[in-house]
Amino acid sequence: MLPPLPDRAIHIDAEVADWRGAVRASGHALERSGATTAAYTERMVGVIDTFGAYVVVAPGLALAHARPGRDVKRDGLSVITLAEPVSFGHPHNDPVSVVVGLAVTTADEHVGLVAELANIFNDASVIPALAGAESPSAIREILGATA
Amino acid sequence: MKIVAICGVGIGTAAILKLNAERALDRIGVDADVTASDVAGVAAAAADAQVILTSPELVDHIGATNADVVVIQNYFDLEEISAKLEVAVG
Repeated sequence: MLPPLPDRAIHIDAEVADWRGAVRASGHALERSGATTAAYTERMVGVIDTFGAYVVVAPGLALAHARPGRDVKRDGLSVITLAEPVSFGHPHNDPVSVVVGLAVTTADEHVGLVAELANIFNDASVIPALAGAESPSAIREILGATA
Repeated sequence: MKIVAICGVGIGTAAILKLNAERALDRIGVDADVTASDVAGVAAAAADAQVILTSPELVDHIGATNADVVVIQNYFDLEEISAKLEVAVG
């Protein structure tokens, strides 16, 4: 089951300059929802600095995340759509128009959440639908999430 | 048959890849044990693996291995994952 996705965990048409801005927007939404602190946001940026743009797991979609840590207060999810898509440097899946922020408290307990994400995104229509969504409630409806 | 799905930190994307690899294996009728690992743990996790599944961005982080490295572009595309696994294990 997905964690709650309140309005404050959603940012539609975020204006960002580059991938760092996009990842930070997803981190700030996680912070606003109470799931994480600012340190987690910077760790999500650090993962991409270290390993590259592998978090762009499908065309147009980045799954921003980092390891569990003290900066994760509870499992959380955020959804950001970008006013203008940005490049993350992925050889196939750029540009990114939707960033899903993911925070989990333990590595072992996130399997249900990941299974739910796979069930949702295995439907190829979901990413463009999210990118075009105009309200938080529309985003929740696409994902089957609750506020 | 052992398959290891790799991501930078071993959670999230690796777990999605593991799950969809299991679904793809069901589809092509291959019995295999799929685990998720981070890049740092790949040497140990993949020591006895036949296949490593990962992102194009992470191939250079994997280092020397006897396993087939299979690069997945779209982690949510079961067609792509099934087709590439079929080649790798077939």
